[in-house]
Amino acid sequence: ELLLSPLPTGDVAATFQFRTRWDADLQRGSVSHYRLFPKALGRLVAALGVRELHLALTQGFWRTRYWGQPPLQAPAGAELWVWFQPTVTDVDKAWKELSNILSGIFCASLNFIDSTNTVIPTASFKPLGLANGTDHHLLRYAVLPREVVCTENLTPWKKLLPCGSKAGLAVLLKAERLFHSSYHSQAVHIRPVCRDASCLAVSWELRQTLTVVFDFFSSGQGKKDWSLFKMFSRTLTDTCPLASQSKVYVDISPKNKEKELLEVSPPPTSLHEAVVQGDRKTYAVYDLLSPSLFNTSRSLNVQLKWKRPQDSSEMPIPTLHAQRYVGGYGLQTGEICTLIYNTHPYRAFPVILLETVPWYLRLYVHTLTIITKGKENKPSYIHYQPAQDRRRPHLLEMLIQLPANSVTKITIQFERALLKWTEYPPDPNHGFYVGSSVLSALVPSVTAMKDVDVEQSPLFTSLFPSSDGSSYFVRLYTEPLLVNLPTPDFSMPYNVICLTCTVVAVCYGSFYNLLTRTFHVEEPSRGGLAKRLANVIRKFRGVPPL
Amino acid sequence: MAAPLVLVVLAAVTVRAALYRSSLAVFIAERVEVASPLNAWKRVVEGLALLDLGVSPYSGAIFHETPLIIYLFHFLIEYAELVFVITDVLTAVALYLAIQDFNKVVFKKQKLLIELDKYAPDVAELIQTPMEMHYIPLKVALFYLLNPYTVMSCVAKSTCAINNSVIAFFILATIKGSAFLSAVFLALATYQSLYPLTLFAPALLYLLQRQFIPIKLKSKSFWLYTMQYASLYLCSLVVIICLSFFLLNSWDFIPSVYGFILSVPDLTPNIGLFWYFFAEMFEHFSLFFVCVFQINVFFYTIPLAIKLKEHPVFFMFVQLAIISVFKSYPTLGDVALYMAFLPVWSHLYRFLRNIFILSCVLIFCSFLFPVLWHLWIYAGSANSNFYYAITLTFNIGQILLISDYFYAFLRREYYLTHGLHLTRQDGTEAMLVLK
Repeated sequence: ELLLSPLPTGDVAATFQFRTRWDADLQRGSVSHYRLFPKALGRLVAALGVRELHLALTQGFWRTRYWGQPPLQAPAGAELWVWFQPTVTDVDKAWKELSNILSGIFCASLNFIDSTNTVIPTASFKPLGLANGTDHHLLRYAVLPREVVCTENLTPWKKLLPCGSKAGLAVLLKAERLFHSSYHSQAVHIRPVCRDASCLAVSWELRQTLTVVFDFFSSGQGKKDWSLFKMFSRTLTDTCPLASQSKVYVDISPKNKEKELLEVSPPPTSLHEAVVQGDRKTYAVYDLLSPSLFNTSRSLNVQLKWKRPQDSSEMPIPTLHAQRYVGGYGLQTGEICTLIYNTHPYRAFPVILLETVPWYLRLYVHTLTIITKGKENKPSYIHYQPAQDRRRPHLLEMLIQLPANSVTKITIQFERALLKWTEYPPDPNHGFYVGSSVLSALVPSVTAMKDVDVEQSPLFTSLFPSSDGSSYFVRLYTEPLLVNLPTPDFSMPYNVICLTCTVVAVCYGSFYNLLTRTFHVEEPSRGGLAKRLANVIRKFRGVPPL
Repeated sequence: MAAPLVLVVLAAVTVRAALYRSSLAVFIAERVEVASPLNAWKRVVEGLALLDLGVSPYSGAIFHETPLIIYLFHFLIEYAELVFVITDVLTAVALYLAIQDFNKVVFKKQKLLIELDKYAPDVAELIQTPMEMHYIPLKVALFYLLNPYTVMSCVAKSTCAINNSVIAFFILATIKGSAFLSAVFLALATYQSLYPLTLFAPALLYLLQRQFIPIKLKSKSFWLYTMQYASLYLCSLVVIICLSFFLLNSWDFIPSVYGFILSVPDLTPNIGLFWYFFAEMFEHFSLFFVCVFQINVFFYTIPLAIKLKEHPVFFMFVQLAIISVFKSYPTLGDVALYMAFLPVWSHLYRFLRNIFILSCVLIFCSFLFPVLWHLWIYAGSANSNFYYAITLTFNIGQILLISDYFYAFLRREYYLTHGLHLTRQDGTEAMLVLK
């Protein structure tokens, strides 16, 4: 399915979701018949004992404050988190193999994932699929903030789809338009799900999601009417014959409680109302499998037109949003500040904050301060694992209660380490990236949610399990940070070795002299050549010799 | 003599208290010259905070203090400033008493040698008189307490002050002649920072001298006493390490403290030679050079012991200086400790060759350290080479200072036995050279 949602700032977000369900039980014997499920991923899951896999490659940053709550957010760079089966004995070895194999499948440098950027969260990243027990030692999480996404990563991702990019919604995925955007995120999620309502058997679900945000000014040329052709330079011509369901959802929910001012053409096959992420939303649904859609024209170009200019006076503010920045000056110390906003008028709720900081920014946990509305706010759960030099990063997980309508400021100081000259990346003065911190929360929804028909709603609603209708699960990521470290002079290794050894040799030489030699009265010497020459000249002059 | 000492102590306490209350305290506490990864106060607080969180302080790479320091500051964290001021005062008092006793020993020895006619006839001006030696202990206490290096180290609350205090008590115990206390304090000093192990040799030589046991390799009483002292030292060390095990019920502190001191993984800049050397070292040779640099601290002991076996206290001074120049994470507090001994050798002043230029070098480098640090880290207009250059110059200054004092000491010894006015065979005035 494809979900088109216009954003308050005039941009438009397009989220593609391709879900493949594979009715195989990997526990009982090996499988050889894959059908629609990509064989590369199927063999990976079977061989390495993976229970859940979530990989996201993202370029750009989702501005939650201005664009609203994202359907699925991912941090900038590459993020990989995996739950392994309890039968796996050496999880670290399986993790290393997995990241290397995925690196090959997706042409991304996931092979840089090693112990220096892998952490084991204890409270965040609970399993999204079926789970028997949750021993968090089977979970691994790593993020590579410096990773870039490009066509090279999109092509293997598209190849995993049953129809490839030849039919169905995937024909819209053309790299030249997709990467000309403010935000591009492609993800792969594999998890076990119930095969049916009775849940007697387990199926594997593969979701491939791609979210792209087209900018109002650069892609939209400053005009607020969007269409599939304007966004993707393609239109939909037919459906994938292997798809059992293929839909396009357009979010036409009225903002500011007014009549719909967004008009879609051609007219949709149906309208669907649901409460999604705490808000009542209306979707215009185009069912590509219905025969009436492609009757009139061979192609479908969904157009969004605004009836009257939307006054941008009041932009809805999401209930939970956060930002993070580095404070301080100089190359010796610094401070990581995170601001978390709870804009719900009367409900307080807790949020779990997970921070992974590389080892070369030495965090001082005694400087951790959490201030809400001017008063100190103690976290009810705090798990801190300090870093070990060159072996593992800092892990800080906290459960913080956010009062209603408040801003919480979390600050922690750090010291910048001087690394060995070979440990700096090729452009050392660019700085070092610190991965985004993760906020997980059950946000209370303004509108109560009923048990909606999952098959009718957009697919992302079924990704996160919701326990009850009064709150919905949100996972937010903050900005990645760019921090400069002091650098040694890279042109000087030989000079430094020589100079330092000279100092040591000065000490050795002086002490050797004083220890091995003794004082003697100086014997008169005949003098060197210069003295004798001088004496000869003096004799000629008639002056007494030296 | 007590009254001037009390005055000096009061002045020192006032200076420290004034600085604690001023805005300079925060600035000084961050200076890398006084706070190294081994003894910074920020890291002690961090270790205690980690302990409160239920995480072992040694599970990270921040805390490198010994468990006994955790014990100490767990109860005294509120009175930290008072603890450090008292530590400094105790160090100064210990040094005062030690040098007082040492003067008596020197005087007795001198008298004995004069009566035995070991000295040449014309060296009357080289003999130390009680009058000039009267004020030396006070000067030593003054040099330690009012040395800007010590004051800054105290205001920064660097645990180097505690190490200095233990070494001062060790020196006091050795000079008073108590082998047991000397072994215990030496074990405590070694336990905290490993390098005072080399002070075993001068202490042994001094105690042997005091017991009138001749230092001959074949002598049975020599080996007996050496074995006694060594076993006292090793037993106290083992007891202290086992006590530390029982604090956190793990041996984690051994790689965190001693592994850290020996393998130098943290390259935070300081006044020593290790950090930039290993920042620019090729990976292949890293282990080799770590071993070379660590051996460099320890291997001067035996040659110095052979040369200076008659003068163990001077040997101790030279050894302390070598430790504070070549240890893996030196700070100005270590420099202040051996500089406190300089008044004891003030009678060598006439034989020092380069004292003016060396003191200028040391003073200029001390002023340039914060300037070039600021230019590198905050202004961004200099780079690490500037700070490294000052490090090199400061260390060369220290090394030449020590070797100058050593030269002057040996020269005075030569004059004492051979006479002050040396003449050559033909009657003209002679010059002394080292050959």
